[in-house]
Amino acid sequence: MKNNKKLNNVGIFLFFGGPSLFAFAVVFLIPFIVGLYLTFTNWHIINNDWSFVGFSNYVDVFRDKTFLTQLEFTIWYVIFTVLISNFLAFFIALVLTSGVKGERWLRAGYFTPNLIGGIVLGYLWQTLFSRVLPFLGQQYGWTLFETSWLTSTDKAFWALVIATSWQLAGYLMIIYIAGFTGVPKDVLEAASIDGANKSTILRKIILRLSIPAIVVCIFLSLSRSFLTYDLNLSLTKGGPFGSTELATYHIVQKAFLSNQYAIGQAEAIILFVIVAVVALTQSYLLKKLEVEV
Amino acid sequence: MPARRFSAILKNTLMYVGLIIFLLPFLLVILNSFKTTQHFIENPIAWPKNFSFSNYIDAFQKMNFMQGFINSLVITVFGVLLIILFSAMTGYLFVRFKWKVNKVLFFMMLAAMTVPFQVIMIPLVMLYGNLGLLDSKTVLIFMYMGFGIPLGVFMFHGFIKGISYELEESSFIDGCTRPRTFFQIVLPLLKPIIVTLAVLDVLWIWNDYLLPSLVLLSPGNRTLPLSTYAFFSTYTVDYGPLMAALVMTIIPVLILYIILQDHVIKGITEGAIK
Repeated sequence: MKNNKKLNNVGIFLFFGGPSLFAFAVVFLIPFIVGLYLTFTNWHIINNDWSFVGFSNYVDVFRDKTFLTQLEFTIWYVIFTVLISNFLAFFIALVLTSGVKGERWLRAGYFTPNLIGGIVLGYLWQTLFSRVLPFLGQQYGWTLFETSWLTSTDKAFWALVIATSWQLAGYLMIIYIAGFTGVPKDVLEAASIDGANKSTILRKIILRLSIPAIVVCIFLSLSRSFLTYDLNLSLTKGGPFGSTELATYHIVQKAFLSNQYAIGQAEAIILFVIVAVVALTQSYLLKKLEVEV
Repeated sequence: MPARRFSAILKNTLMYVGLIIFLLPFLLVILNSFKTTQHFIENPIAWPKNFSFSNYIDAFQKMNFMQGFINSLVITVFGVLLIILFSAMTGYLFVRFKWKVNKVLFFMMLAAMTVPFQVIMIPLVMLYGNLGLLDSKTVLIFMYMGFGIPLGVFMFHGFIKGISYELEESSFIDGCTRPRTFFQIVLPLLKPIIVTLAVLDVLWIWNDYLLPSLVLLSPGNRTLPLSTYAFFSTYTVDYGPLMAALVMTIIPVLILYIILQDHVIKGITEGAIK
């Protein structure tokens, strides 16, 4: 009888868990472990040699000046994208939750850029930056736009930041709106009866009480922008002169175009560790400011 | 209270003007998709002289739109269905059976959600390439299932925890088996979370570029993002058809969004809070 029950349990486990666990193992788990091991070998596609080389791939990554410059570039891109998209999203959400006509449609409208993927997003902005803005610049003498931003090494950076923030802001706005709706109305009323002005209410109450939403939004925008690939590919293709290659773009090039799989994988793992550390630190620090209602 | 009314009007205007500026990139692309390349280069902000669909016909044929659309559709539909079905089952298993192995597996899936795809892509391509499994839509669908399962299991787990067990117990007394109880009683109750997950996964799979670009090698297998990329790299200066191509790729999701607007917004909210 007991044996029968055990057999039955195995059957239940395999029926309900089998297919997903198999897919999870074969698509995620095994590649993850193989990937970790790969970084300690000198595997190369030509000789298919798997000899163990210790940490030398990681040492190589930190000796690679291009990777370090691109990492620095990525970090600046992340900083500006996170700041701009969160400020925009926070502001739009704040106004939208304070009683605007047609709130539902406005919310849906601001979200629209998130329906399109990175490739289309990049080409959309590419035509704007390379054709429409220079046309306006020349027509009306706006020197800022006279030449295409995508051909200048500094301005191409801002093109990336603007295109990413444009899309992210609508996404984060949705989360901020959910956060603001969680702020109890009676607390706000009590504060305004006590004579608190608008900026005090914003700083001391709304901001403090929506920290969970802020944590989620910063976490999301951080990890998304750190791992940007499609947009980079279609908007600037890393150019001009390789000046706008973000970290993921670099890794893909390294692995699949120069066949340096082991080093590319080591870079991917370093990038992952950076994202994880930054994201966890920010949520730890912000959570300390959180208050209970 | 005139001051208050004034500020309300100001707020409304600000939001609507803001929205128009926000959506300007879309409007410009739509406008220019009806112009000849020549006219576009001369004046990219002018109104089209006559609304001609020739760019659309041109782009439709050159980028092999139909094939890309069907490939994307097949991959998205099957990917999403498999993720939903199997992660609902596994979420159910993890909630209703508190076995040690289940706890360990659930924890592993939670941990997996923090790992970005970039960490997996190189070994994935290597392993599947060695086995000769690349360039197949079926394999790609299976990969989406593997990558989508953790979030699915996590969301179903949270939802099923809140469903009382009594309904299921009475169905066992009536002599129903475990699988039958799941499909007839539990699964219909999961509808809200199914919609949420479907929204998140459709947006992800439909728009994904990196994974299909690594897996699908032959032109016949291209998804829409892949054919958009191929089209743009080939016809870099032919702006008219390029604009039309952009509009055509956006339209399918836009239609779905207009129909399911509230679900999309709700799905994003719930997906983020969880």
